[in-house]
Amino acid sequence: MSERRPEDEAWAATDRDAGPRSARGAGGPPRQHDGEASAPASHHSVAGDIAASPRARDDRAPLVVVRDLARDYPMGAEPVHALRGVSFDIDRGDYCAIVGPSGCGKSTLLNLLGVIDRPSRGTITIAGRESARMRDAEATAFRLHTIGFVFQRFYLMPALTALENVELPMAEAGRGRRERLARARALLDYVGLGARGGHRPAQLSGGEQQRVAIARALANEPALLLADEPTGELDARTGREIIDLFARLNADGTTIVVVTHDEQLARAARRVIHMRDGIVVDDRRADAGPLEHAP
Amino acid sequence: MILTLALRTLARHRVRTLLAVAGVAVSAAMLLDMVMLSSGMRQSFRALLVEQGFQLRLAPRGTLPFDTEATMADASATVARLRARPEVERVSAVLGSQLHVARPGSAAGEGTVTAFAIGIDPRVQGDYELLDGRDADTAAARADAPVHVVFSDGLLAATGARLGDTVQVAVGHDPQLRAFAGQRRAIVSGRARFRFLAEGQRAAAIALPALQAMRGTDGHDRASVIMVRTRAGADVEALRQWVDRAVPQATAISTELAMRQVDERLSYFRQLAFILGSVSLVVGFLLVTTLVTVSVNERVGEIAVLRAIGVARRRVVWQILLESVAIMIAGAALGLLLGLVTARYLNGILADFPGLPAAIDFFLFQPRAAWTALGLLVAAGVLAGIYPSWRGASLPIARTLRQEAVG
Repeated sequence: MSERRPEDEAWAATDRDAGPRSARGAGGPPRQHDGEASAPASHHSVAGDIAASPRARDDRAPLVVVRDLARDYPMGAEPVHALRGVSFDIDRGDYCAIVGPSGCGKSTLLNLLGVIDRPSRGTITIAGRESARMRDAEATAFRLHTIGFVFQRFYLMPALTALENVELPMAEAGRGRRERLARARALLDYVGLGARGGHRPAQLSGGEQQRVAIARALANEPALLLADEPTGELDARTGREIIDLFARLNADGTTIVVVTHDEQLARAARRVIHMRDGIVVDDRRADAGPLEHAP
Repeated sequence: MILTLALRTLARHRVRTLLAVAGVAVSAAMLLDMVMLSSGMRQSFRALLVEQGFQLRLAPRGTLPFDTEATMADASATVARLRARPEVERVSAVLGSQLHVARPGSAAGEGTVTAFAIGIDPRVQGDYELLDGRDADTAAARADAPVHVVFSDGLLAATGARLGDTVQVAVGHDPQLRAFAGQRRAIVSGRARFRFLAEGQRAAAIALPALQAMRGTDGHDRASVIMVRTRAGADVEALRQWVDRAVPQATAISTELAMRQVDERLSYFRQLAFILGSVSLVVGFLLVTTLVTVSVNERVGEIAVLRAIGVARRRVVWQILLESVAIMIAGAALGLLLGLVTARYLNGILADFPGLPAAIDFFLFQPRAAWTALGLLVAAGVLAGIYPSWRGASLPIARTLRQEAVG
C-alpha cells in the first residue's frame, strides 16, 4: 500500500497535465495564497493549492470537454436514452451546478464525468484525457488522482476513523504514512473537523460525515470535484454549512461540478446547467446570460 | 491500510465473525486430528520398532512376530549363525508363553493370575524397560532354585506381589486335571514397562533358558522371535535376504518391511482420515465462502465507493481475500488447540483397544502435521475468498451506486 506503483507514476504525469498543484511532499499545513491574511487552521487553503499554482492561472484550456455525449441503458427491446447528445465545457476553477427533474440524466452525466461509467456515444475529455479510451486500470488511477467524489449518502468506510477515511485515497496513491497523516489532519482542519479525526463515521453527525467525505475527496488534490446531491441527506442548517464549504473550496481554486435538487446549492454555483429528458436545456452563469453550447 | 480495513470490517460484526471462527476451529481441529491420525499410528509404531535399534526380526516362517503361538526350532544355532555375521552387532531371542502366577503365600491353583511371559536374555533384550529392582536372571538356575523374574505393574497389581516376594509360576494348566505344568518358584526381582504390550497388561520377563525348560519339549531350544541389531552402515536388506535363504524355518522382517506391512494394515485408517479431513476442509471452505460472500453482499455500496474513489480492483480482491484468510488463520489457531485436546481424549479411548502396545499413539502430534493443517486451511481460506472477491471487484460501480441510492 505504501509503495508507489508504476501506474501511479504514469498518472502523476497526467495529474501535472491536469493542472499543477502543491508539492506532494508538503504534507504539512496547507499553503496560503499570496497576500492572504493569517487565518485559523480551518480556513487554510488546502484545496486552493491548485489555484495558487502559476500553471493553473495560465492554462486557459477547459478542464472538461463534453461532446455529443449519449448514454443508453438496455431495457428490454427499447433502450432507455438517459443522455441524448450533451455538449459543454467546464473551465478550471469553475463551480457548476447541474439541475433538473428526477430522471433527466443528471446523475448519469455525473457518473460519466467521474469515469465510473462509459458513454454510449460522444466523448468526455478531462484534463486532456479522453475517458472512453481508458482501460479499467487507467480509469481507476485517473479517478484516484484527478477526480474527487462526494456522494449523497457520504459512503465513508464505517470500519475506519475519519482520519483513516481521508488517508485512504492517499494510501492507495502510494503516499507515505507521515505525509498522508499530516495532509489528512490538515484537510480535516480545513473542513472544521480537526478534533474529530479519531471518530468513526457512526459517531459523527450527517453533516460531519459529509465534511469528512469532502476531505476524502480532496485527499489527492483532484483537478475536478464531483458531488452528487451532497446536501440531499442533510437538514437545512447542515446543508447550508456544506454549501458554504463548497463555496470556500471553489474560492480556493477547486473546480466543482455538483448535481443537486437543492436550489440554495444551485444558487451558490457560478454556473447552472439545466437538464431535461437527457439534454441540456439551459446553461447560464450566475453573473451573465446563457452560455453558448459547444457544437 | 487495506489490511486494517479488512480486519476492522471483520471486527464490525464481532458475533458473526466469532461464530465463523468457531466453525472453522471445529473444522480445523477435525482436520488436524485426521492429519495426526493418518500418520500418528505409523510414526509411533516405527518409533517403537527402532527404539532399541533392532532392524531385523525373525519370526516363524509365514508369520509376523507374536502374531501366532508358533515358534522356531534350533533357536540357539540360529542365534549363533547370526552372531557370526560381521554386520550383526547383537542378537536377542525371545520366547513367548502363557504364565500362571500364584499370589504370594498361596499354592499354585489357588488364586492364580494368568499373564504373558517372555523368555529373554536381559543383557540384549529390547522388550522392556526396567523401572525398579534388579533384572531377571541371565541364565537358567538349577531347576529346584527360584528364578528371578520381572513383573509389569499390571501383574504386580493383579497378584499383589511386591519386589522380593517369592511366587509359584507355571506355563501350563490342565483344567480337567486341575494340574499345572512347568511349575517353578520365582522371585519377583524387578518392575518393568513392557514396550510392546498394552497399558496394564499382565506380563513377566524370565530368563529364556528357564522359560524354555519350563515348557519342556515344547519349548526346548525354541524362540518366538529373534531380534537382530546390525552395525552402523550395514546393509539390512542384504542380511534379510541372507536369513530368508539360510534360515528356512524363519521369515526375516526388516523395519522397513514391517512398516510396509503396517501401512497395508493401516490403509483403512488413512483412507478414513483422508476422507474425514477432506470433508472438514470443505466444510471450513464453504463456511468462510458463505460468510465472506454475505459480508460482500452487505457492503456492495462501500466497495463500489472504494472503486469510485480510485481503489484498484486488486486492492478490493486483496481486502476480501485477507478477510477470508484472517478467519481461516484465527480458526486454525483455535482449532490447533482444540484438535490437540480432542486428539488426547480420543487417544485415551483408543489406547484401551485390547492388545495394543501402550507405546502406540493413534494421534501423534508432529509440528509437520500442524503446519500441514495450517497450510491446507490457509489455502482453503484463499480459495474461499476467490468468489466473493471476484464478486466485489467486478461490481459495476455506477449501477451499484445507483441501486444503493434507490435502496
